[in-house]
Order: sequence, then structure tokens, then C-alpha cells
Amino acid sequence: CRTPRTSAVVVILVSLSLLQKDFVPFLLNFLREQTSQILTNGPPTPAKTPNSKAHGSQRTGSERRAGHKASLGSFLATPEALPVRRGRRKGSSSVGASGRQVARDLGRSLAEEEDGKSDSGSWSGGRRKRSEVPLVPARSPPSQLNLNNLEEFPPMGAASGWTNKPSRRINPTPVSAERPLSKPKTCFTSTPVSRSPAARWSAGSSLEAFTAAQEGNLSSVISNSLQEEREMLKKERYSLSRGVILNSLVLWFQPGLENLVPNIFLELFFVLQLLTSKGTSTVLVSHVSFPPLDVTERQHFESVHNCVYFAVRVLDYQYEIISHLEKGMLKLLAENERIASFSPTLHKRLRQAYESSTAKVSLLLPCSVQSVSFQPETDNRSNFPSDRAFHIFKKQRDIFYELLREWEDNHEKTGWDFERVLGSKIRAMMAHLSATCNHSHFARLFQKQLIQMCKGPVSGGASWGDTPDQDVLNMLGSDNLSRLKRLQERFVVPQSIRGPCPPPSFPGCQQFFRDFILSAGSYQFNQHLMDSLCLKILELNGLTLVEHEHSDGEADMEEQDEKKRFTVALLSLRLLAKFLGFLVFLPYRTAEQPTRDLQDSALVLRNQTLPVLDILKLLRQSIRDQRSVLTIPWIVEYLSLVDHIAPFLDYYRKVFGLLLLMVLSEEKEMSFLNKLLILAVLGWLFQVPSVPEELFFTTDDRQERFMMDTVTSAQALDFVPLVDQQLLYTCCPYLGELRKLLASFVAGSGGKNGGFIRKITPTAAESLAPKASVTQRKLQVDLEQAFFHNQPPSLRRTVEFVAERVGSNCVKHIKATLVAELVQRAEVMLQDKVKEEDVNHDKLLEEVCTHLYEEGAQALIKGREFCRKKGPEAVRVLLPEETSAAVLSSAENIAVELATERACGWLSANIAALIKREVKATFNRMLKVPGFPLPGEDAPELRRDCTPGCQHCAPFPSQIINEIKDVLCVAVGPREEGEVVDYVWLEGLLGRLSQTLRCRKVKDIKKATKSPFESLWAVLIPVNLLICLNNPTSGLLKLLFSIWKEDFGTSVPVQLIFSKKNMGYLAEAKQQEWDLFLFLLHGLIEHELMRTSEIQSCLHSLEELPWPSVSN
Amino acid sequence: SIFSQEYQKQIKRTHAKHHTAEAIETYYQRYLNGVMKNAVAPVLLDLANEVDFAPSLMARIVLERFLQEKEQTIPSKTLINSMLRDPSQIPDGVLANQVYQCTVNDCCYGPLVDCIKHAIGHEHEVLLREMLLEKNLSFIAEDQLRAKGYDKTPDFILEVPVAVEGHIIHWIESKASFGDESSHQAYLQDQFWSYWNRFGPGLVIYWYGFIEELDCHRERGILLKDCFPTDIVTLRHSMAQR
Repeated sequence: CRTPRTSAVVVILVSLSLLQKDFVPFLLNFLREQTSQILTNGPPTPAKTPNSKAHGSQRTGSERRAGHKASLGSFLATPEALPVRRGRRKGSSSVGASGRQVARDLGRSLAEEEDGKSDSGSWSGGRRKRSEVPLVPARSPPSQLNLNNLEEFPPMGAASGWTNKPSRRINPTPVSAERPLSKPKTCFTSTPVSRSPAARWSAGSSLEAFTAAQEGNLSSVISNSLQEEREMLKKERYSLSRGVILNSLVLWFQPGLENLVPNIFLELFFVLQLLTSKGTSTVLVSHVSFPPLDVTERQHFESVHNCVYFAVRVLDYQYEIISHLEKGMLKLLAENERIASFSPTLHKRLRQAYESSTAKVSLLLPCSVQSVSFQPETDNRSNFPSDRAFHIFKKQRDIFYELLREWEDNHEKTGWDFERVLGSKIRAMMAHLSATCNHSHFARLFQKQLIQMCKGPVSGGASWGDTPDQDVLNMLGSDNLSRLKRLQERFVVPQSIRGPCPPPSFPGCQQFFRDFILSAGSYQFNQHLMDSLCLKILELNGLTLVEHEHSDGEADMEEQDEKKRFTVALLSLRLLAKFLGFLVFLPYRTAEQPTRDLQDSALVLRNQTLPVLDILKLLRQSIRDQRSVLTIPWIVEYLSLVDHIAPFLDYYRKVFGLLLLMVLSEEKEMSFLNKLLILAVLGWLFQVPSVPEELFFTTDDRQERFMMDTVTSAQALDFVPLVDQQLLYTCCPYLGELRKLLASFVAGSGGKNGGFIRKITPTAAESLAPKASVTQRKLQVDLEQAFFHNQPPSLRRTVEFVAERVGSNCVKHIKATLVAELVQRAEVMLQDKVKEEDVNHDKLLEEVCTHLYEEGAQALIKGREFCRKKGPEAVRVLLPEETSAAVLSSAENIAVELATERACGWLSANIAALIKREVKATFNRMLKVPGFPLPGEDAPELRRDCTPGCQHCAPFPSQIINEIKDVLCVAVGPREEGEVVDYVWLEGLLGRLSQTLRCRKVKDIKKATKSPFESLWAVLIPVNLLICLNNPTSGLLKLLFSIWKEDFGTSVPVQLIFSKKNMGYLAEAKQQEWDLFLFLLHGLIEHELMRTSEIQSCLHSLEELPWPSVSN
Repeated sequence: SIFSQEYQKQIKRTHAKHHTAEAIETYYQRYLNGVMKNAVAPVLLDLANEVDFAPSLMARIVLERFLQEKEQTIPSKTLINSMLRDPSQIPDGVLANQVYQCTVNDCCYGPLVDCIKHAIGHEHEVLLREMLLEKNLSFIAEDQLRAKGYDKTPDFILEVPVAVEGHIIHWIESKASFGDESSHQAYLQDQFWSYWNRFGPGLVIYWYGFIEELDCHRERGILLKDCFPTDIVTLRHSMAQR
């Protein structure tokens, strides 16, 4: 009876790859089928595995999977186990029989399954395959199965958990008619309670499959734990066999085995569904149904109790992952009554995890549209082949933003259709772009705008996070109240639980860009955009972190910076890669899975072409250089948009194969959250509809070896803890579904499609009225951002770089100066005191340090000083010389402020510890061996002075011209009765003109543009003439000469005087005025306004004109 | 300013009416007859007033017609403009005087008025420049921007942005006119949004006021004012300056 020394379980465990291929999908599907009845909360958890057609939802091409309907038995039983059947025939205890029955039935179902469908050679399809599996002795159990560890395989809680039944549990019900073979309830009581475990083992009548496994050297611990469980179960008079089967199922969810399932979070979701299941009484009927039935047809999860039991145990195993989830989730778990009653230990651990967690994921606020700034280096005329191209692009830019604004205003309105409203405008724009070959410029603008608007997390799809902190609310300011209101509305809207595997989507603003591409339908644009995206992706993918000596304490300061930079790069990469994937696979998209034939011919065609971006190379590099935490998440985004055929292309098969290895390989050294991010995104990828499901489980082409040679380089990112919960949840908003599920359970209204009312914690009324200071602070932050907006990007990089380095150096500086000095003093003090007898060293040290702490506060002042001195110096050296004074000074100030913030932030938190550490080190040594100029003030712009005594109250030129116009109106006529231009008026006017011309304000006008007078000579000159003619005195003329000469400052085209029309006025003049004309000519020469020769030539040309005959 | 804008609108409405071939012919004949009778009488000016049309535009119509007849070609716009500006270039002395009279007596059109408008615009820009200097706000003016190759240029771009009434602004445009619906829409289309598209949010000052309802793009980043703002917050550097 105990012959089967090698149990199926062990065999399976050893041949991991086979196991992964066949057993895991089976197991997952099995679990789902088993629980399909009881799970009423949330959507059915999809199990995108080849065998799951019974339950999975969103799948296509089910024929591919139909062949395999394996049963649990095929994995639990071995052929050799068959003799066990005899045991039952002999009438051994029902419990034992159950176990054997399992084996037998499994064997049978296996045999039944076999005929006719071993096409793929999959193990579950036929026994034949199994014999080829080397039967490794049970002596070498795989290390993954860490059953020895009591921590990981703990006894299942105290018995109290069981007596304290969940209220929903329904007591066993008598057998119903459709289960004729099941035994009455008394079966349970007939289980010999007093029987010792040892006796049972020796009887060999129970649990063959499992004991066999244990007889290897799966140490006695497991039997102990099983034993304890048995005890527990016995107390409960519970179905032992079922408990064991459950326990055995639980085994598959041990730590380390998470690599075997395609999507660990999907399984967790499922487990949480079990945890929160609300069974109905009908399914509980089979609760007592007993051995005889085919085991696969039996329900192992028919009761809520079993579900919860299973779930709690799995959660227990997966504690490490769970404990890394965000705080809100931990809270819900820690408060979950079912966990508390089933496993107080787990409850306690969760509670602790919750209390110590700082992983608060906050809901980020949507940002509004901002434009991409115009940068002369890339956008001015010299970047365009022709004026026309330049001007057309100017219009394109404006049209693009017009479209964007229209979309922003209207896209949420019902009945608004992107294509209908914007489609033709976009295509017209594309036509213009093509005509002038401006595509590359537009692609750059498009891409920059895309990053600008979408790089932040989108709250649209995932409104589950914590409400923003009060600070954030305050910082919003009153202007954003309406936005806040919208946000709040979203909170109260019932949310549906969509499950942890949403298909790829373009949430929020991304929608605009996607629809734009679709509506444009421009090959040229797409090509340029892809070029642009590839370049940016390569650039960002090359992110290197500043190499730093991990000296002492400053490390965490720099870690924060690194995290920030990494986050920005990662999010941008994911966004760009998603759009690149969208563009690359767009031409091949089909709504339906193509038929096999179509697929084959498409493969032949498409295998010839090279991908736009060599992601396989990048992926390999990233694994080699240990930078996969940066590269895989964006490659996943790219691949998530594959068409149905692409995954079968040779190239992408390799990519997927390599990614799969990343799931399977256990990179122990990788930072846990980094690994979790990779697992989460890959898990999601394998659930994407167009990614074929068999990919995960059939990885026939494994040209890539498990272990790629890795190079530990300075660029390695995988070991640096770069991912935090915020980033994890930002990249994988669907993880929030886990929390929603739990929350809906708490709310108690978990319908089939979720639908729970989100509880909103009321906040104090004052919170809505923003505090002035906070608003101000927010404004300052905004101003700072705005400052960089229109500056070249290098300015920002420079400032940030300076801030980082200066801040870091500041800390070093303080250590080298102030702290060193303090330590010296401490040394003296200590030397004195240590000589005294009976001193307690620790106390002495404490005393001295306390004394020094006060002086340590100096560090902040000195640190500030240091930053203020060094920051501007560095900025000045690094920025181009033509940077204007105001920009330079702002840049300096921002750099100083950032550096000070960093340095002082760190110092104020750590100075005391630093002093203490240094003093202590010195003290220990002692015991062993006895014996700046302020940022430069901008020179105020030299103001060119007006004439001395000028009050700058001269009339504006417009006023003067207005007056001149009035004079002209009168002079040119028609005149009203008695209207004359008199001397006083004219003198006053000329005086004011002179005043205006002399005042700086007018000079400024001249500097800025052409003087308003310059276009007016033709009008002004005749005025002057008229002035002379109407007022025959030389005084006004003298005034005029002085104005022309001195005040205008530019040469006045006085030759206009000699135009025919103006001379016409003279021609009608009297003799006296001719004298004046002579005076004028003399004056012009005298004041060097015209040369004699010029006047002569003017007069000569006048002679050529037809003149009326001279009267005298 | 408001009167001028309304008048211009009216002129625009009737513009086509005065530009039909028949109308032009009628006006020209009436002019010829008029000056034949009395060359010094304000023939053109009276004619314009009679048919309720801007005198300079009337002068332009007649001048155009005159040149067309003389040169047998349609004269260029530049030539016409230059002659309007300096009537002494007009080959016919009588017409020159007539035209001069018209342009001088026109309250809304013509080179003089254009010049005045231009001057007013500049004066306000200068005023604005003064105020910016006074507030120590550093800026780049339009001509500098053009020199750098910017395709659209507001009057001033602030080198270091400020916040006005809680809104961040990057540029300021000065408009020496009243902001009415139609002109504001045109400005938005041609200028303000273009500035926004390149430099981000900004401020427009309508020195002669504006219709309050038009100030509806504050949130998005086009702020309207009728004077230099008083509530200005600059980027402070509390720590750096202490």
C-alpha cells in the first residue's frame, strides 16, 4: 500500500517546467470552476488559461483549448496509487477511502480524457508523457517548497478560530435526493476522534497521495502541522478529506510559487473573492456529500467556510506580497473579521503591517492643458526650409491647440463625436503639413504635448486611492473648487469592480491623442511620430542614476531624488511606448482573431520585416545590465497593443519568451517592490486579449537560457529600491481592484457587478476655504514651474543639478567644518572628564552630546549660508553667458532654495544623530589609545535722462498729432466762419511738440519702434509751411528750425517742402511771404538741415513742373 | 474709442455698398462735376458726408478711379496708400488738395488717424513698460522676440513669470482700445490663443475697458484687465534673500 514512494506531487514539483505548463492552468481553472457558484461578489475572475473555457469570460478562439479538460486527479494520482482502491473495498474508514477514491477517480478521468486528444502532447492529455518524466526520488524536494519553515507553513491558527464560526456559515444540511450516494451527517461523527495520528499513518489507509509525499523527507513538520489541522478539524467534526484537499491546494500558493502563475495579482483577487464570498444555501447541500463521487465533480469549495479557509491560508502564504501593498488595502485586510477569526496570527501580522506601513497611495489630481513652449532653437525660421513652411507651421500650431481646447471643453458632453467634429479639421491640417513637409515639426510638438498632458497618473480610470491630503486640498486654492467638486462627485458615484485585468486603454487626455492619430489617418505623420517616439524612448531608457558613494547618511537624500527621476522616466516611457505600440500595430489591427490560414499567410509576410524599435535587443540589454525594472514596464505597454498576429511572429515570440523567463526566474536580489512591479505588469500583459493565452503555458522555443549572463554595471537599477507603492499603483491601477473588492465587502452591498457606495470621510468645513498661506505656497510652486516653462529645458536641468550637488556638498561641508569642530571640542571635554573616576561612559557621552546639540543648530544657518554662496556661483558658471540678468537671478535663487531645502531638511533631521555618531567614534578611539556674496544685484538699467527739469508730464504724441490734425482741418478747410489758426495756438502747439519730443517717454517709443511721427512727414511738413504762411513772423520759423534740428534727433526730410503741392501754397502767396520763404531757405542752410546744393536741385526740379503762368 | 469702433463697424457694413462699380462711377462723376464748378470747394468731403461714408475711404475710391483712368491699369495698393499719406505725389493738383482735405477731416480713417491710433497704442506700451520697470519685472519686448525668431510675439514676455490675482501669467499684451465682443474674438483668434499656445497663460490689458463677460478664459490662462494689475505675486526666494 505504501509502494508509491514517489508521489505525483513530488514529480510535479520537480519538473517545474512541465508543471508550469499543465498543472498550473489546470489548478487555476479548477479553482474557478469549483467556486463559480459561490462567488457572487465582483466579476468572475478571468483565468486566461488554456483549460478554462467553462468559466473564463473574455476569450476568443475557444477551440484551441477545448482539447484539454484535465482533472485534479491527473495531478494528484499516480498509476501506482490505484491499488489503494482495495483499501476501500476492504471497508476501511470512510476518510481513507476518500483519499483513495480521489486517486482512483482521478486516474479514471485521466484515462477517459486520454482518448483522441493528446495532440499537443501536453501532459494533462495523456499518461504517456508522464512516464517520460524522470522520477526523481523524493529525497530532493525542490527548494521552493519550503515546508520546513514553520513561518511559512504555520499551523492553522488556534482552534478558537473554528469555534467562532463566521455567521454566514450554514450548518450541514441533510443529503438531498440528487446525491443518493452521499452519506448522512452521521458520517462525520463516525470518524474516530480518538485515533492518534500515528495510528492513522501506519494504517496507511488515508491520504496516500499526501503521505507518500511526506514519506520522503518533507520533514515531520508538515505532518505536525497537518496533524494540528486534523485536530482542529476533528474538533469541528469537519470533513477531513475536504480539509486535506483544501490544504493541498493551498500548497500551490506558497511563497516562491507565485512565479508559476501568469498573474499573481489575478490569483490574489480570486482569493479575496473567496475570502469575501457570500454563498447561497443551495450550494451547501453537498457539504456532506461524501467519497463516492468522482472527485472532480465534487465541490471542494461549496461552502463559504471552505472558501474562506482556503483564502486565509493562501493569504497567509502570500503575506510578503500582501504586506507590500498600499496602506488602505492593509487596513481593510487587518480589519477583516473573517481573517481575524480564521487566523488570529495572520490578523496580527496584518495589523502590524498596517500600522507600520507608510505606503500611502494618494489620488493625484488631474492636470489641465498646458502648452508646449516655443523654443527658438527648434522652432524659429532657421529650422524651416522656407518662409511658407514656417508660416504654415505657425498656423498648424494654433490649430492644434484650438482642437485641443475644443476637445477639452466638449468631449465629455453627450453626443459629442471626435471624428464628426474634429476629423475634417485634422485632415485639412495634415494636408497642409504634407504640402510643406512639416511633419517632423508637428510630430515633435505632438509628442511633447502628449508627455506634458499625460505623463502624470491619470485619475480617470482609477478613482480608488486615498482622498488627497488636506494639504493638497488646501493647495488647490479657491480656483480649483469646481474641479474638486467634480472629483468629489466621482467619489460618491457607485463604482463597479472591474477585476484586476482591464484591457489596455487610453484614459483621460490620452484619448485625444489616440483619436487624433486615428482621425488624421496620415501615413507621413505616423511615420514621423514613430521616429520621434523611438528617439525619446531610447533617450529615456538610457537613464542613469548619479553615481554616488553611499557614504553615511546622505544616501537617503539622494535616494529620494533618484526615485523621483526614475518615476518620471518610467511613466514617460510607458506613455510613449504605449503610443508607439499603438502606431506600430495599428495597420494590423483586427476586431476578430484571424483564422489559422489567414494567420499563417500573414506570418509569412510579416516575418520579413524588421520592427521599428528593436525591443528584443533592448530587453536583452536590460536583463544583462540589470535594468529590467525600467525597461520591462514600458515594453509591456508597447506589447499590450499587439494585434492578434504579432505575438506569433518569430521576433515577438522571442520577446514574449524572454519576458516569460522574467516571470519564472527568481531574481532573489532584486528589490522586492521592483520585482513586484515587473510581476504585476507582466501578469497583466498575459491577460491582454490579443496576447494569446497559450503563450504563458507553452513556451516551446526557449532559446534563451534561464540564466542570462548579467553584467553588474554602474547602471544597474534592479537592486536599487526605486519602486514604491505609489509608483506600483500608478503603473498598475488595476491593483486597486483588490481594495475595492474588500471595501465592497465591508460596505456589505457586493452585488454581482460590485456597485458599492464609496464612503467619503467628511472633512471639516474649513478645509474648503483655503488657508491663505497655503495658497500662497502653492502659487509660489506654480510660479517656479511656470518660470521654467518658457526657458530652454537645459536651464531646468542645470538648476536641478546644481541644487542636488550643492545640497549634497553642503552636508559634506557641514560635516567637515562644523561637526568636525564640535567633535574636537567634545574631545577636549571628554578628555577632561574621562579622567575623573567612576564615570559612566555612556552617560558622559550623552552629556557632552546634549551640550553640543544646541550648537548643532548652527548647522542650519551655516548650511543655508553655504548654499547661498555656492549655488549662484555654480549656476552662473553653468548657464550660457547671454542669459539675462533676471533669468539668471531667478535661476540662482531657485537653485539656492532647492539646495537649501535638501541640505537643511536633511540636517535638521539628522544633525543630532550625526554629531553623536562622530563624537562616539572619536570617544571610542580615545578610549582605546590613552593618551558669499549675495546674488549680484542687477545694475539698474541706465535711464537716459530727459532735458534737465523734465517732469515727464509732456503730452503724449497721440495728443500732439490730434492737435496737429485739428490745425490742419482748419488750415485745409473747409473752415467755419471766423475759424483761424492763430499765432498763440501754433506757438503753444510747437512748444508742446518740442516738449514731447524731448521727453524720455517719446524717446522710448522711438527706441521700441519707429517714431509715430516718421510716417507723418508728409503731413507735418505742410503744417509747418502753413504755420509760416498764416503767421508771417520769423519767430515761429525759428522755433521750427530748433525742433527739426534738436528735438527730432533724426534727419527730417525737409526737402518735402519743395513738393509741387506745397509749393502750390506758396505760389499763391504774397510778396511778404516770399521773403519768409527766403528766410526759410537761409534757415535750412544755417541749421544744416539741408545743403545748398540740395535746395538747388529741389528748386530745379520744381522748375520742370508745369506752373501756372506767372501773373507779374 | 467705443465711438470709433462702432463707427468702423458701420462703415464695414456699408463698405460693399460703396464699392459697387455703379457707386464708384457715380462718385467719380460727381467729383468731376463738382471740381469743374469750383475747384477749391470741398467737393469730395461733402460728397462723403452726404452718402455717409468715411471721407478718406471716399478719397481712396475716387483716387483709385482717377488713376485707373489715367494709367489704364489698376493701381497698386502701395501707391494709393503712399499718395494718401502724401497727397503732393498725386499728379493732379486739384485732386491732391481734395484728397488732403478728406484725409485731414476724417475722424476714423486715413493716415492721420492711423497714426494717432498707432501712437496711442505705443504710448500705452510705453506706459506698460514703465510700470514693469517700476515693479522690477524683467521682460523681453516684442522686437527682441522677433530678433530671436519667434513667430508670434506679444508686447512683453516676462522673463520670470508672476501671478496676477492668483493666475500665473507669462506675457502681457497691451490693447489701447475698448474690448468689445467682436474685436476680442478676433484678437483671441489671431493673437491671444497663439500666445497661449507658445508661452502659456498671459494677461491682456484693455486700457479703455472691456465687456466684463469676455473675461471668461481666466481659468484657462487669458486674463483681462483694464489697468495695470495691483495684485501681483512674484517668485519669492524667502530663504535665499534672507
